Amino acid sequence: MVKLSCGALSQYRAEQRTAALPFAVTILCVERTTTVSENIPAVELRGVSKRFGTVLANDKVSLEIHRGEILALLGENGSGKTTLMNMLSGIYFPDEGEIRIDGKPVVIASPKDAFAFGIGMIHQHFKLVDVLTAAENIVLGLKGHLDLAAASKKIKSICDAYGFEVDPQQKIYDMSVSQKQTVEIVKVLYRGANVLILDEPTAVLTPQETDKLFAVLRNMRDAGKAIVIITHKMHEVESLSDRVAVLRAGKYIGSMRTSETNAQEMTNMMVGHTVTLNIDRPDPVNPRPRLEVKDLTVRNEDGILKLDGVSFIANSGEILGIAGIAGSGQKELLEAIAGLQPAEHGSISYIEDNGTQEQLIGKDPLAIAAMGVSLSFVPEDRLGMGLVGNMDLTDNMMLRSFRRGHSIFTDRKTPMHVAENVVHELEVSTPSLATPVRRLSGGNVQKVLVGREITSAPTVLLTAYAVRGLDINSSYTIYDLINRQKEAGVAVIYVGEDLDVLLALADRILVLCGGKVSGILPGRGASKREVGMMMTQIGGKKSDD
Amino acid sequence: MFDFVSFIPRAVMQGVPLLLGSTGETLTEKSGNLNLGIPGIMYVGAISGVIGGFLYESSLPSPDAIRALPAILIPMCASLLGSLLMGLLYCFLTVTLRANQNVTGLAMTTFGVGFGNFFGGSLIKLAGSKMPYLALSASSIIYRRTLPFANKLGWFGSIFLSYGFLAYLAIAIALLSAWILRHTRVGLHLRAVGENPNTADAAGINVNRYKYVSTCIGSMIAGLGGLYYVMDYSSGIWSNNAFGDRGWLAIALVIFTIWRPDTGVLASFLFGGLYILHMYSPSGMNLAIKELYKMAPYIVTIIVLVLSSIRNKRENQPPQSLGLPYFREER
Amino acid sequence: MTETKREPLIHITKRASLPWYASWGIRGAAILVALIVCAIICVLTTGEKPLRIYGTILSASFSSARRRWVLLQNIAMLLAVGLALIPAFRMRFWNLGGEGQILAGGLATAACMICLRDVCPNWVIIVCMVISSIAAGALWGVIPAIFKARWNTNETLFTLMMNYVATQLVAFFIIIWEMPKGAGKIGIINQKDMIGWLPVIGNYKYLLNIIVVGILCILMYIYLNYSKHGYEISVVGESQRTARYVGIKVERVVIRTMLLSGAICGLTGMLLVGGTDHTLTTSISGGRGFTAVMVAWLAKFNPIWMIMTSFLLVLLQRGASEISTVYGLNQSFSEILTGIILFFIVGSEFFISYQIHFRHTAKKEDIRRV
Repeated sequence: MVKLSCGALSQYRAEQRTAALPFAVTILCVERTTTVSENIPAVELRGVSKRFGTVLANDKVSLEIHRGEILALLGENGSGKTTLMNMLSGIYFPDEGEIRIDGKPVVIASPKDAFAFGIGMIHQHFKLVDVLTAAENIVLGLKGHLDLAAASKKIKSICDAYGFEVDPQQKIYDMSVSQKQTVEIVKVLYRGANVLILDEPTAVLTPQETDKLFAVLRNMRDAGKAIVIITHKMHEVESLSDRVAVLRAGKYIGSMRTSETNAQEMTNMMVGHTVTLNIDRPDPVNPRPRLEVKDLTVRNEDGILKLDGVSFIANSGEILGIAGIAGSGQKELLEAIAGLQPAEHGSISYIEDNGTQEQLIGKDPLAIAAMGVSLSFVPEDRLGMGLVGNMDLTDNMMLRSFRRGHSIFTDRKTPMHVAENVVHELEVSTPSLATPVRRLSGGNVQKVLVGREITSAPTVLLTAYAVRGLDINSSYTIYDLINRQKEAGVAVIYVGEDLDVLLALADRILVLCGGKVSGILPGRGASKREVGMMMTQIGGKKSDD
Repeated sequence: MFDFVSFIPRAVMQGVPLLLGSTGETLTEKSGNLNLGIPGIMYVGAISGVIGGFLYESSLPSPDAIRALPAILIPMCASLLGSLLMGLLYCFLTVTLRANQNVTGLAMTTFGVGFGNFFGGSLIKLAGSKMPYLALSASSIIYRRTLPFANKLGWFGSIFLSYGFLAYLAIAIALLSAWILRHTRVGLHLRAVGENPNTADAAGINVNRYKYVSTCIGSMIAGLGGLYYVMDYSSGIWSNNAFGDRGWLAIALVIFTIWRPDTGVLASFLFGGLYILHMYSPSGMNLAIKELYKMAPYIVTIIVLVLSSIRNKRENQPPQSLGLPYFREER
Repeated sequence: MTETKREPLIHITKRASLPWYASWGIRGAAILVALIVCAIICVLTTGEKPLRIYGTILSASFSSARRRWVLLQNIAMLLAVGLALIPAFRMRFWNLGGEGQILAGGLATAACMICLRDVCPNWVIIVCMVISSIAAGALWGVIPAIFKARWNTNETLFTLMMNYVATQLVAFFIIIWEMPKGAGKIGIINQKDMIGWLPVIGNYKYLLNIIVVGILCILMYIYLNYSKHGYEISVVGESQRTARYVGIKVERVVIRTMLLSGAICGLTGMLLVGGTDHTLTTSISGGRGFTAVMVAWLAKFNPIWMIMTSFLLVLLQRGASEISTVYGLNQSFSEILTGIILFFIVGSEFFISYQIHFRHTAKKEDIRRV
C-alpha cells in the first residue's frame, strides 16, 4: 500500500510539470469535446483516500461520473461525500489514489485547476461578494478587458439555454438564497464547466425553488453535462437522479441505476446494518411532563421556515432523542427552548414538579434562569458558542456561574473546584487548569462543556451532537454522563446523527423532517429502517407505493 | 455680497491636498487596508519633495539658472519615492507580517510627522547650506505657474484657471481612480479583495498583490498632496507642523465621500471652503467662531458615517474586510 | 488557465502556542535590534560613538532628581491613557478617541477653574473638576459606543473624528477665555491664587498624579481580571455569540465599558490641566491618545505589563529628545526613533503568532496546497 501511494505521488509530480504548460491544457480541453468517445467517464476517481489527522474521511473510494447523467451521491452526515467532491474541485488534495478526466490522469491542486478541467462545484456556503452585482460576481477573477454588457449578454444566453432567471444587474445582497445559488451555477457554467457538482443544493430552498432547480439540472443533463448532486434526501434521489452512489463512513458502498432500486434498499445501504452498541439504557425514573412544546414555528434570519408547528412533551427522567437529516430544524428547536431564537408562534411551557407552568417563549437565557428554571444547553458549536477558546478551563467554567453572589468580584474558587472535578471525573486530559480550551482535543473540549452544563444540576438538559468528532471512549463517557442525568430525574433532549446510538440510548425518538415532526417512536423496539424512512418522508411512508 | 471670486480659488487650494490624500486613502481602503499612516505619509511626501528640490536648487550656480523640467520632476520623483517607501513599509508590516493595522498606521504617522519636521528643521544645518530658512521659492514659482489667460479672463480665469498643474493633476487622478474602480477589471478585483478576500482568493485573484499595489499607489498619491501643500500652497516655504491635521481631514473626507474619489473632487473643495469660511463670515474677526467653523468638516463626516450606518445601505458601508488581516488558511 | 506550479519557497502556518519566555524573547530581540538600528542612525546623524548615544539616552531620564520626576510623570500620564483604552480594546472596540476624551476632560476642568473661581470655595471647585472632567470624558467616549451598539457604526473612524471635534471645541474656548486678550492662548489659570490647582504633596509637583495613576493601575488590573464586569468584557471581546449564549447583554457591556474608558481619559485630562500644566491648550495630551494605543497593544492589554511598555516608550522619547538637544538636532528626532522601534516590535509579533517553514524543511503534506 505504501509503495503504491509513493508511486502515485511521483506520478502527480510528473503531471504537475505537464499541467504547468497552459497550452497543453487548452488543447486537451478542445480535444475532449470533439474526440472523446461516449463510454469513457468524464471524471473517474480511483482508490482516492483523504485523512484529516487521525480521521479517515475517504477510504479508497472509486467512482465514475458520466456525461449526460445526473449522479446522486448519497450518504449520512460525515460519510465523506463533501470531502470527496472537494478533491475534485481543488479544495483538498488526495492523500492517495488518482483522478482521471476523460481517461487521462490529472492533478487538481487548486480551484483554478478544477475550472481549467471544466469542473465546477457549488458549495453550501456561497462564495459571492455581496455588494457586487450578479454579472460582476460571475466574471470575477477572469482575465481580459472588463465588458459587463457583453458578459450580461453571455449570462442571458446561458440562462435562456437552461431556463435560469438571473438579472445580471442585481446586487447579491438583494437576492434570495435561491437566486444566489443560481448565480453560483451560472458562474460555473460561464467558465465553461462540463462537470457540475452541487453540495446539498436543496438544503436552503423551498419546495418550489427545488422543483425549479431540478428542471434546470435536467436541462443541463440533456445538454450533455455531467452533474453530481450531494444529498441525503431520498425523494430527491428518486425524482432527479439517473444513477446513485452511496458512501458510508468514508467508504464507497456501491452504485446502481436509480430506476433499478428503491428507497428501502438505498436507506439500507446508507445507514448500514444495525450495530449492537453496548450502551446502557436504564428505565425512565418516574417520568412526568417537564417541558411542553406546542405548535412551535420558527423562521431563521433569512426568513426561511425552519420549524413548522412542532409539538411534543419531554418528560423528566427520560431521554428524548431527536433524529433527522442535518438542517431539519434541530438547531432552531434547541435554541428556541434555550431562549436564543425568537419564535414566530407557539408555546414552550416549563412544568414544575407542583404542576405550575412557566412560559419560556420571548425570554432570553438570563430571564429563563431568573425564573428558577435550570436549563442546560450543550450547543453544536462548542468553541464558537459554548466555550471561549482563548480562556482557560476555570474561566470557561465561570461562563454560567459568574453572576452568582452579590459581590462585584467573580468567585474563582468555586469554578476552579468545578474544573478540578470535571477534569478528574471525566478524565479530561489537559496540561493544567490554566490551559486555553482551544488547545485541547475535540473530545476533551466536549467533556469540559458537558461537564460544566451538568454541574449546575439542571432539570432540562439539551444536547446537540454531543459526540460528534469524539473517539469511542470519549463517546461512552458522554453517554454515561447523560444516562446519569436521566437517572437523576433530568429531562434530556438529545439531538443525534448516529441512528444506532439514538436507538440504543433514547427512551423515545422524535423524528424531524423538514422542520415538521415526522413521528415519535419508542426507543425500545424501533428499527433503524423505520427511523431512516421517517427522516426522509413525513410519517415514513414510501412515496412511490 | 459674498465674494465668491476670491473665496472659491482659496477653497480649491485648501482642498487639493485633501483631495490627493483622500483619493490615495480610498484606493488603500478599497483593498481592505485602513492606513492610518496617511498623515505621516503626506508629511514624508512633502519633505521628500522639499529635499529633492533643495538638492537641485543648491546645485545651481544661481537661482536664475533654474529650468522648469528638472525643477518639477526632481521634487516630484523624490516625493513619490518617499511615499512609496512608506507604503511598502506599511504593506510589509500589515500584509506580509499581518501586524495590526491601527497600531502600524499610528506608528507610521508618528514616524512620518517626525521625519518631516526633523528634516524640515535641520536640513539646512545638515547640508551646511547658507540659506537663511528652508524656502524653495524658485521651484515653487514653476509649480505655481497657472494656465495662460488666467489673469485676463476675469472671474472665469480666477475660478477655473488660476491653479498650478498639481491641482489639475489631483482632479484627473481622482476621476481616473473612480473610473478604474467602477469600470475596469482591476477595479472590480480590488473591490472584491476589500469586501471579501476569501471569495477573491477562491476566484484566483492574488489578494496580497492587490493589497500591496493599491496601498503603495495610494500612498504615492497621498504623498503628492504633501508636495502640493509645500510647493504650491505655501510657496515652497517649509515650516514645521504647518501641514497640521490635514492628513486626518483627508481620512474624514474618505468617509464623507463614502469611498468615491469622484465625489471627492467637489467634497474636498467643500471641506477646503469650510476650513477658510471664517475669513468670509459676517461675524468678522471673531476668532473663536473661526475654530467652530473648522469643526464643521469633522461634524459632517460623523453625520455621514452615522447616517450611512443607520440607513445600512450596503453600497455606502466601509469595505467589509477593512482593518482585518487576511490569512488564507484561516478560512 | 493553469499557472506554473512550484513548491512555494516558504509556507506560513499559525502557531498553536509559544511558551511565554519564547514570545518575550522574540519581543526582547526585536527591541534590541531596534535599538541597534536607532544607534546606527544616531551615529550617522551626530557622528558620536554608539555607547555615548546610549549614555545620553539614559542620562536624559536619570541624571537628576528633576529628570527622574519628569520621567515618572510622563510614564504616569501615558499609563493613565493606556489604562483607559485597555477595557475597550479587550472588548475589541478600537477606541482611537483618547485624544478627544482627554481634551474633553481638560476642557471641563478648565471651565470649572475659570468659571467657578469667584463662586465657590476651592475644595468645591476641585470636586466639581473631578466630577465634570470624568463626565465630559465619559460623554465623549459613549457617543461612538451608543452608535456602535445600536447601528454597528464603525467605531475606529467615529472615535478618530471625535478627536478633532474636541480639538476645535477646545480651540474655541481658548479664544473665549484667552488671557490676556488677543494672546490667542489661556496662559496659566489662576496663577496668583492657585484656585482649582490640585494639592501638591510635599514638595513634589508630580507625586499626586503618580499616586493617582498607580492606584488606578492596580484597580484596573483587579477590575479586568477579577470583577464580573471585567469577565463580561473578555467574553464579549472573544465571542459575541458565546456572550449571548450565557445571557450577557452585549450592547450594555459596550456602552458601559466605553463610559469607563472615556471617564478615565477625562480624569487624565483633569490631572494634566489641574495637576501639572494649569493651562489648557489643544495639544495638552501630547499625542498620548495615540501613543497609548501602541503602548496598550504592546502590553497585550495587560495593565501591569503596560507599566513596562510605557516606561520603555517614555525613556526612548526623552532620550531621543535629549540627543537632539545635545547634538543640536531637531526635537522631532525622537519621533523618528519611536517610530522605528515600534515598527520592529509590531513586526516581531508575526514571529510569535506564525511559524515559517522553508522549502527544504517542509514536509510533503505542507506543500501540496499552494
